[in-house]
Amino acid sequence: MSSQPSSHAEPSISSVLQQRDPAWAREFEAILKAYEQAGGKSDALRTPRVASAVISGNQVLAVNLIEGVNIEAEELESGVRARITVAPGTKVDYPVHLCFGMIPTEGLQEIISEFEIGEGAEVGFLAHCTFPNAENLKHVMDAHVHVGPDATMRYSEGHYHGPAGGIEVLPTTHAQVDEGGRLESEFSLVHGRVGSLEIQFEADVADRGVVELVAKAYGSAEDRIKVNEVVRLNGEGARGLTKTRVAVRDQATSEIYTTAEGNAPGAVGHMDCTEIVRGSAVARNVPVVVVRDDRARVTHEAAIGSVSRKELETLMARGLEEEEAVDIIIRGMIG
Amino acid sequence: MENDVLLRVEDVWLQRPGAEVLRGVNLTVRQGEVHALLGLNGSGKTSLALTLMGANGYKPEPGRILFDGQDITDASVTERARLGLTLAWQEPARFEGLPVADYLALGMKKPERGRIEEALKAVALSPLSYLGRAVNDALSGGERKRIELAAVYAMQPRLAILDEPDSGVDVLCIGDIMALIRRMADEGTSVLLITHRDEMTEASDTASLMCGGAIVQTGTPAETRDYFAQRCRPHGDLLGSQPWGTEAGGTYQRVVTEGVCE
Repeated sequence: MSSQPSSHAEPSISSVLQQRDPAWAREFEAILKAYEQAGGKSDALRTPRVASAVISGNQVLAVNLIEGVNIEAEELESGVRARITVAPGTKVDYPVHLCFGMIPTEGLQEIISEFEIGEGAEVGFLAHCTFPNAENLKHVMDAHVHVGPDATMRYSEGHYHGPAGGIEVLPTTHAQVDEGGRLESEFSLVHGRVGSLEIQFEADVADRGVVELVAKAYGSAEDRIKVNEVVRLNGEGARGLTKTRVAVRDQATSEIYTTAEGNAPGAVGHMDCTEIVRGSAVARNVPVVVVRDDRARVTHEAAIGSVSRKELETLMARGLEEEEAVDIIIRGMIG
Repeated sequence: MENDVLLRVEDVWLQRPGAEVLRGVNLTVRQGEVHALLGLNGSGKTSLALTLMGANGYKPEPGRILFDGQDITDASVTERARLGLTLAWQEPARFEGLPVADYLALGMKKPERGRIEEALKAVALSPLSYLGRAVNDALSGGERKRIELAAVYAMQPRLAILDEPDSGVDVLCIGDIMALIRRMADEGTSVLLITHRDEMTEASDTASLMCGGAIVQTGTPAETRDYFAQRCRPHGDLLGSQPWGTEAGGTYQRVVTEGVCE
């Protein structure tokens, strides 16, 4: 296996986070600081053993490659196009770290990405998207994911948006999981204000393939959360799970639409949604079950409402104030 | 000795939708005492526990609850907990994503890992295996029950109300739980031990018997066990149904209010 050189990194596999232009050092440090605010560990971005990419606005600040993992990044007018490939059979020891963000208060960032996970490969991704000063920002992600036969991809994306809430986040993903492949994807936006979030995720799953989608968000003030996930279990024995955990308070709104299709013998799908509502917030969940084969099975469960009184009183009986208890329960659920 | 009274319950009545579940309860728990509260299903034990803790919908009317001489009848759950009163629920709540270690630490004034580990060991759970696990559905009911007891022990309250700590745990663990109760008392925590298993009273200093929403007997554990065995067990079939439900056909009320068991 050999890595392809990145368009913005030295070809040496052992290079340590080569910065393309020293003049960007300030931007680099700022985005790393914001990355840590989003829960990332910037040390990982300086470790040669960890594949990584740091993207601020439309600038590719740094890329580090390791054997079997290639990242090609191209700057666009208002964002970046990235192609990430993992060679067949590669087992990546440490998650690939991806850092996206913008330091300015306003602007547009579009990330167009392609993930190609080769047959039998195993890889994790830790993506942190940070917009600490967002007042009038738009972050668009358009990802195409292909998980090859018997390959495994674990993708975890955490967001930090700062306190103002002036941000629109529009992540769209189209995923194809081949025979025996596995895709686990987790999206989390629980720190800072959400702003406006609209997740679109579609997955097609072949024989014995597995897809697990987890979305967690905590909205407040006027935040708006919308999740639309479609899992098509097209192959024999394909399995799919959507798990959504959302809490909204104040005047925030949450709309969760999930669809699971059982289209083949032995396909098993499940949708699990919990939403906690506080104050004047509004939550809605619409699960759609489609079964096209009488040997498939798709189920769903949803719970929307306030925090359980029993959970609250259990924590209050340990000496916590009611609001502290509510916060712990919500943080546990979405954390 | 009046000055060693920690909890005093005075003529507490409680109305719940469709039922009067507490009917003039009087009860005293002394400092450092393990006080067992026996009674068959539906006798009002859990309702009394929730009333003492101040749970929503369990405000007595009339009646008074005094804790260390202070009237806490109108106090919130939090206020009662901060005075040193807590409850181990009969069916512990689940907390998605909340690690066991954090759950135990919540009630501790000064959370210390050593004390948390000690508390888990006291309920025969391995700290290594459980500290990082969440208090959620992945745990069995028995495991959550032990963790609930560990949390109360770690908190070092002045009075712990343990609502049927023996239910839902395996038989081998019963001895651990009885030992834990004695250990709590030795460390200065008074215990109100709610149970319907009379053998659990072996861990207690005093025992009361509850029937039909009232305390009908208080004495030594042996005296109360005898009373329970002779007068209550024969009526177990009747008491197994909801006492105020139509299915009991009024028989239960006769047992309780007309003293049929006398």
